[in-house]
Amino acid sequence: MRSHNSLAILTFVLMLAALYAIFIYAPTERTMGPIGEVQRIFYFHVSANWTTFLATFFVFLYSILFLMKGTREMDIRAAAAAELGTVFGAAGLISGTIWAKPVWGIWWTWDARLTSFFLLWLILIGYLMLRRVVDSPGQRAKLSAVFGILAAVDVPIVYMANRWWRTQHPAPVIAGGSGSGLDGQMALTLSITLVAFTVLYFYLWRMRCELERTGDTVEALQRQLQTQGLEVR
Amino acid sequence: MRYLFAAYTIIWVVLFAYVFSISRRQHKFHEEIARLEQLLENRRRP
Repeated sequence: MRSHNSLAILTFVLMLAALYAIFIYAPTERTMGPIGEVQRIFYFHVSANWTTFLATFFVFLYSILFLMKGTREMDIRAAAAAELGTVFGAAGLISGTIWAKPVWGIWWTWDARLTSFFLLWLILIGYLMLRRVVDSPGQRAKLSAVFGILAAVDVPIVYMANRWWRTQHPAPVIAGGSGSGLDGQMALTLSITLVAFTVLYFYLWRMRCELERTGDTVEALQRQLQTQGLEVR
Repeated sequence: MRYLFAAYTIIWVVLFAYVFSISRRQHKFHEEIARLEQLLENRRRP
């Protein structure tokens, strides 16, 4: 509980620092002219998308660990990560469309980067839906572990999409080869925001895992009462 | 400027709604645990 509170405080402080850096410290983008302020969406947009990748990585990792060890804890961690992936994925998609409208003049286009990211988001939703429709806990955990491993295949495709194909989405500004890169203050702002989102992810992940464990306690008590012939509903 | 405001507002709403949903579900589970433990306790009493 104490470490959970420390993580909450750290998340709060880092988010405040990120907001300060985004709205006060970071310079306004100059090449975009009168809509340069819109570029500030970039910091939360990239961070939300990064956190979606991180969540998918943990779905992948804990799905493998589940298949190796077969423990409920691995299944809990994978499921919690998938739910967080959909939440941060939604934040990334929404912020992306709001950025696109003033810059491209359209809310959405089916280019390789946007489509592959949207697909990743749908796969994570599919993972959560799968967990709802399979009744047997053992079978649910196994099937979702296999699905979770396959889901991760899309992450490198999303990452490489605007490197492999010409897309409406901007070319990568980080590790994008010659001509890419960020202004120093913008890079620092992005780094702070990425750290803030990563810590927020771990804070929410712990909360979500705890929720799943509490759900298990409820189910265990229900089973105990049922074995004693009591109606629990 | 309105796009910037809209983007940040929606992201915060999504995140707060999610935190609220986790807290609400956790609260419901704790209530259910208390109810089930009470049922078990009643069962144990002679």
